[in-house]
Amino acid sequence: MNLILVLPLIVPLATAILTVLAGRWRWAQRWLSALGAAALLAAALALLEFVRREGIQVAYIGNWPAPYGITLAADLFSAIMLVLAGLMGLAVAVYSLASMDPARERFGYYPLLHILLMGVCGAFLTGDIFNLYVWFEVMLVSSFVLVALGGERAQLEGAIKYVTLNLMSSALFLAAVGSLYGVAGTLNMADLAVQLHQVAQPGLVTTLSILFLVAFGIKSAIFPLFFWLPASYHTPPVAVSAIFAGLLTKVGVYALIRVFTLLFVQDVAFTHTLILILAGLTMVTGVLGAVAQNSFRRILSFHIVSQIGYMIMGLGLFTPLALAGSVFYIAHHIIVKTNLFLISGVTQRLGGSDYLKKLGGFYAAYPGLGVLFLIPALSLAGIPPLSGFWAKLTLIVAGLDTGQYAIVAVALGVSLLTLFSMTKIWGEVFWKPAPARAALPASQVGLAGMILPIAVLALLTLSIGLLAEPLLALSTAAAEQLLNPAAYIQTVLGGR
Amino acid sequence: MDIVIAVLSGFLLAVIAPWVHRVGRRSAGWLLALLPAGLTFYFAAYLRELRPDFVVITSYPWVPGLGVSLSFYLDGLSLLFALLISGIGTLVVIYAGGYLAGKPQLGRFYALVLMFMASMLGLVLAGNAITLFVFWELTSLTSYLLIGLDHEREKARAAALQALLVTGGGGLALLAGLVLMGQVTGSLELAALLSNGAAIREHALYLPILLLILLGAFTKSAQVPFHFWLPNAMEAPTPVSAYLHSATMVKAGVYLLARLSPVLGDTEAWHYLVTGAGMATMLLAALLALGQTDLKRILAYSTVSTLGALTLLLGLDTTLSAKAAMLFLLVHALYKGALFLVAGAVDHEAGTRDIRRLGGLARAMPITAAAAGLAALSMAGLPPMLGFINKELLYEAKLQAPRAAGLITATGVAANMLLVAVAGLVGIRPFWSRSNAPDARPHVPGTSEVPGTSEAVHKEPHEAPLAMWLGPAALAGLGLINGLFPDALPSALVSAAASAVRGKPTVVELALWHGISPIFALSVLTVIVGAAIYVGRDPLYRAAQRFVPWLITGLRVVGHWGPEGGYDLALRGLNSLATTQTRLLQSGYLRFYLIIVMLTTVGLGGYTLLSRTGLTWPAGRSSDVRLYEILIGLLILAATLLALLSTSRLTVVAALGVVGYGVALIFTLFGAPDLAMTQFAIETLTVFLFVLVLYRLPRFAYYSSRRDRIRDAVVALAAGALMTALVLVVTSAPLQSRLTPYFVANAVPLARGRNIDNVILVDFRGLDTLGEITVLAVAGIGVYALLKLRLDEKNK
Repeated sequence: MNLILVLPLIVPLATAILTVLAGRWRWAQRWLSALGAAALLAAALALLEFVRREGIQVAYIGNWPAPYGITLAADLFSAIMLVLAGLMGLAVAVYSLASMDPARERFGYYPLLHILLMGVCGAFLTGDIFNLYVWFEVMLVSSFVLVALGGERAQLEGAIKYVTLNLMSSALFLAAVGSLYGVAGTLNMADLAVQLHQVAQPGLVTTLSILFLVAFGIKSAIFPLFFWLPASYHTPPVAVSAIFAGLLTKVGVYALIRVFTLLFVQDVAFTHTLILILAGLTMVTGVLGAVAQNSFRRILSFHIVSQIGYMIMGLGLFTPLALAGSVFYIAHHIIVKTNLFLISGVTQRLGGSDYLKKLGGFYAAYPGLGVLFLIPALSLAGIPPLSGFWAKLTLIVAGLDTGQYAIVAVALGVSLLTLFSMTKIWGEVFWKPAPARAALPASQVGLAGMILPIAVLALLTLSIGLLAEPLLALSTAAAEQLLNPAAYIQTVLGGR
Repeated sequence: MDIVIAVLSGFLLAVIAPWVHRVGRRSAGWLLALLPAGLTFYFAAYLRELRPDFVVITSYPWVPGLGVSLSFYLDGLSLLFALLISGIGTLVVIYAGGYLAGKPQLGRFYALVLMFMASMLGLVLAGNAITLFVFWELTSLTSYLLIGLDHEREKARAAALQALLVTGGGGLALLAGLVLMGQVTGSLELAALLSNGAAIREHALYLPILLLILLGAFTKSAQVPFHFWLPNAMEAPTPVSAYLHSATMVKAGVYLLARLSPVLGDTEAWHYLVTGAGMATMLLAALLALGQTDLKRILAYSTVSTLGALTLLLGLDTTLSAKAAMLFLLVHALYKGALFLVAGAVDHEAGTRDIRRLGGLARAMPITAAAAGLAALSMAGLPPMLGFINKELLYEAKLQAPRAAGLITATGVAANMLLVAVAGLVGIRPFWSRSNAPDARPHVPGTSEVPGTSEAVHKEPHEAPLAMWLGPAALAGLGLINGLFPDALPSALVSAAASAVRGKPTVVELALWHGISPIFALSVLTVIVGAAIYVGRDPLYRAAQRFVPWLITGLRVVGHWGPEGGYDLALRGLNSLATTQTRLLQSGYLRFYLIIVMLTTVGLGGYTLLSRTGLTWPAGRSSDVRLYEILIGLLILAATLLALLSTSRLTVVAALGVVGYGVALIFTLFGAPDLAMTQFAIETLTVFLFVLVLYRLPRFAYYSSRRDRIRDAVVALAAGALMTALVLVVTSAPLQSRLTPYFVANAVPLARGRNIDNVILVDFRGLDTLGEITVLAVAGIGVYALLKLRLDEKNK
């Protein structure tokens, strides 16, 4: 068995178990958590390098051959996502050390964080559609507990909406998997890709693909299924919001891209056009939602929705360049969005509020933080030469290439509105003088621990922007693998 | 030295500029100015090789995957701009050291202005369309941060945002236009675009491309109706206004038009759009300029007018107009830069910029006054300044316009007359007018209150320090020297620049004296009428009020309800649209969220099912249904109905239990006894747990109205119908599992287990089970934490 494929599951699971065992010793928990996160990142990086050199990797769990047992498979797309998960895990684990309150730490924050990471990694790695469902459940239950952990009133209200709507997604997903098994008689995704071409009723497969679209659409918070996200992301501690913002919806997007490149390509004119329309609506409704908000984290939450539109725009366009744009966009977005949430935690800590009205004066008091905010914020708005510009440019070029002018116009217009709402935060939190009553507190305990991951992520955003080619080349290679699934299918099924 | 270093060095210095400021204190401005000064010399060195066909191209790969290279294209046009940018940049950095001395923002100013300079250099030197766009956006961004330098004032923040949104919006259009051009020609390199002009002009996408690019150029260069952001940008400190919003950045649009005129020009659409926009801007802004009382706003409107004139010239698209435009660019940068810096010096030393309160400063500030006077002469187009030569060339170009020469010339002369008066207002009046009695003219539209004008001139004016008079004096002096010796530097530069604009070698020979001609007569007329307007502006205003009140009202309306009103309206509209939409969608009620999710599923799924599969009632399948199966089915349905209708919780729980048992019975009948066993156990346990919890709950009550419940029932039934239909279609063909035969064959020999289900759970699909165990463990942690940890209560 291919150990390197299993490590991204074992490392977070082991970390979670060890942190539970170390429950009495808070310092041990904290160290284990940070070390585990670092190990996960290392494992993911090793896997990415391996996949880059040796091609798609497969592991047959329990040595049961495909399609009978459960197969883990890592192509470039999976490996890139794993690295991003590891990176965000580490950033948030370090940030948590400085920002998490002891009560939540005592009640299992760190084990939950690592189980969440395990679920995310499992979803990226699995080559089995039912196993994907299991990892979704792991993610859902751990994220639900993380949202609710602390039991504050706002948290519980958000958590109820979060869990109810996500359970809808699970139910639809399960029904869809069951039906798919009924049609194709198999669960291995590579095998499904083969079998679905031979189904007597291709229209039925298209119908099932719509169920997957809705189920994953809820997970990735597209229009009109995104309600759970803005309802819950501003309620838990910032570290939790940040890891959610970076990873959870992106698992949904990953799943969408995976099934709509590997499994459901029977009726592209219908399904992918539908995805493109939803992409446009998601961009617009999300950004308008952000414009209407008046608190830092709520603005950011709605922007997640809006940006998901860009990611699935590439899927809807369905050309190599467009998919490369999607992959690039996801990578850029995860880094930038997590970072913005982390920054909102710093301003909340120093300014004592998340509401724009009550914040202010940060540029005068902390010019360095201002720069650290501007990098991801402007990148999110697609200002060159930051990472978001290249992501957007790739999608726009792909859109113009295929003559899809409407979606390009929407994408450009929405990026202006994104800039508008980022400057709103900038104007209110950084430029505006601090409100009279809220003098900035002098206590800056643990601030360095919060700033460190922010600075690293900002530097990463800047580097991707200035040197975009390596990531673009990687994304292009990943997109080519996605659009030519023969190699994936051959690798998974060929080892029989 | 390579061009790439010349461009990027500004960014590097910008990063350390705040430290230089901290260490260098008062001499930081002089120190930092060494870089732009060096760059000026670097670019000046190219003057020696200046021939009409001069081009230097350097290229480095940047993002080859998208056809983007870090390439630079240096020809006469970019050299003219580069010299202006680095030269004026030098003076501005020095000037700011004096102007902003002691202000906390000075360190940031240095960083931003150097970053701007580098971006602007990149813009005019870029040899790749996307690279050009990258620098284009960077100039918008640095402009945003510089307008908002004094960020604690709300007006500065609003003006900064306005400038960013207007130029940023245009920038996005520009990006689309550039990418489309690249797709037509197959390359984004400037050299390739320039050599493929015919292909682009004949392409079906030509008009969209032209419109998109013009949108970018017009917003950046403040053409009507996008002009309003520029006067508002005067919220920026004066060195910024002088540098960005007069001499360089606002000319980026003009640069783009000049750069792309060999590609996009010489068509009807180009002529009408570009000339039309330029003419309207030129005249309207000149009129508005005269109505202002703030020195900087007067200058801003006159800058807009000039930008209009430049656009107009490029729209004419003749060799003569290209020459005139290039010379005008140089002349304007020299005199307007000087006048802005003078305005800053006056504000700094006299404490106000309100021309109604300024007067007689010449004695106190002799050097500044001299510089202002020279610059004003050049602006008014009087000999021996370079401006005089320029005006002759302008009129010549307009008279020889291919279309509507009469109208164009008349508008040009009118606008120039107004600008002569403006030159008097800003360059002469503050220094030489005897009285500083309040002006008779009332406040005119489009103006804003000038900060600090409520009190009288509160300072005893005195000459500005060296750092602050050096810039205006140097710029005004250059206007004089170049006017006296036009065949030296200006002729060569303008020839090379005009060649680039025309795309073919063009020679310009400038001379101060052309002899008496109709053009000279026009020049003289312009100055005489302009001077008359300056002297008689108050009676003239009153007369205008009496005889052409519509003009005054019209200007007032344009000022209040014109494009800027449109901008405000759009912003308000956006906010209310956003609020309404969000209130509708993100209502806060879980039930609405669920309904929308359900209806989306039913709508999309149902539509696809109906349109993609011939949904027919499966024939011949009712025959093999047995009676007891029907009975179990009815039992489940009845129990479901009871659960829905009953008002007793205990009944509901029991009914749900019946549903679960019914399902388990079906499992038993269809050959899955172990599954049924599990189901029985779970159902029993669930009912027990429910009953235990029930005693803790409040009394049962209906909270939703009858209508709500009917609505919910419809949604639920629709969802149920979809799933039923789907299951019927799926099961219409017999299941042929690819997995079961393998599991059956290998459970005993390979997995050593006789219960296949168990083997599947713990071996074949053991990873699933690991995941599910994890889910249970996490749920355990969750329940414990939810019960025990209530931070709300603890904090109380």
